[in-house]
Amino acid sequence: MGTAIWWVLFFIAASLGTAVLGLLTRWVDRKVTARVQWRVGPPWYQPFADILKLLGKETILPEPAGWGFLLAPIVAFAATCVAAAIVVAANVRPEAGFVGDLIVVLYFLVVPSLMLVIGGSLSGNPHGAVGASREMKLLLAYELPLVLAVLAVVLGMSGGPTLRLGAIARAEMRGTLPAVASVLGFLIALFCVQAKMGLVPFDIAEAETEIMGGPLVEYSGAPLAMFYLTRAMLFALLPMFVVTVFWGGFGPHLRGWLLGAAKYLVVVGAMVLIRNTNPRVRIDHAMKFFWFGLTPTGFVAVALAVADLR
Amino acid sequence: MGLRLWGLKKSPWVYHVNVGACNNCDIEVVNCLAPQFDVERFGMVLVATPRHADALLVTGGCTRQARPRLQEVYRQAAKPCLVLCIGSCACSMGIFAGSYHMAGPVDEVIREVDPQAIVAYVPGCPPRPQAIISGAVKALQSL
Repeated sequence: MGTAIWWVLFFIAASLGTAVLGLLTRWVDRKVTARVQWRVGPPWYQPFADILKLLGKETILPEPAGWGFLLAPIVAFAATCVAAAIVVAANVRPEAGFVGDLIVVLYFLVVPSLMLVIGGSLSGNPHGAVGASREMKLLLAYELPLVLAVLAVVLGMSGGPTLRLGAIARAEMRGTLPAVASVLGFLIALFCVQAKMGLVPFDIAEAETEIMGGPLVEYSGAPLAMFYLTRAMLFALLPMFVVTVFWGGFGPHLRGWLLGAAKYLVVVGAMVLIRNTNPRVRIDHAMKFFWFGLTPTGFVAVALAVADLR
Repeated sequence: MGLRLWGLKKSPWVYHVNVGACNNCDIEVVNCLAPQFDVERFGMVLVATPRHADALLVTGGCTRQARPRLQEVYRQAAKPCLVLCIGSCACSMGIFAGSYHMAGPVDEVIREVDPQAIVAYVPGCPPRPQAIISGAVKALQSL
């Protein structure tokens, strides 16, 4: 009973922590973007003000939309919280995870995009429908390379393959070839994370200038705040996940946590700079890039990871 | 000041509606977003749909064609939602007052839908970006 309460408290703390970190990261993103464009940019509390404002606004339910329209952001938020708790737990107490939590995290990370698809389809808006279909295509495009990249690390680590996130975070690669495989995997994952976040080269589904925010076009008030918060949490969670799987994770001691924070900032910085120096690609170009560019690279990474096995 | 109001004042998202402007006011509005004035300092962001909007930036004197559309955009916007009339035409129809194609100044068109609507006026042909920012600040202070 005592451990159950401990885990519930841990879940709440991890979700809240990820939310706060994510909103601050969102500010870093907006501030750096502003500086790149030679502007001043918003103050640090801007994402918090946005959330508070949206929570206080009127919620409009379009006529064709049913209860699923309102449920979608809640499910997306809940799934992100669970994934955040598992990833944080894998870094705080690596020995406490369960076998296969890596697969659970990968599944839960799909849910926010899936809920965006469902919410956009239910909104009854043509822009929402187009955005939902693009989001779905993008999901089909980037999931396979991401799984292959993770697989390369799992197969290449010393001490045999395991699907426990805590073990993966602490593991080292067996030799040169698996190490190369993990670097390849890291690069692939960076692109997949960019697409998962819907950041600029792959913001095809939201595309404010052509389809008015895509799946979010009919959302207002509290449900929009939920999606906004989910997006912000993913901005913290996905770099954390990449650092955990591909770059040695956070911890265990103070030095490890400081190093982890530095790695996190490097990944976030890379995402923001990619976002600011690229134009939006077309959906078919994005799919070609992921299917015929990154997926074969992912297979090469897996092959390299198992090359030294006899 | 409650948290809700604080959030609203610190993060006004604006939706730009052109109901018959000559494009000069629109250029000044875009100028506000550019590096020299950068309204994102105050949390103002241009959004793509009235569902996300906290303020409608209306430019141009309302033509008869645009009247039902402007009213529909205001109806569809999530409340509370301010209305900012940018430029002489939006405030008072400017030099087009009395023309056959005008449906009336923007505030009257909006008040047909919502008599309690908060409307701010920024006169000028076109108003300078400083004037637009000052108008937005005054509208937010009136909340």
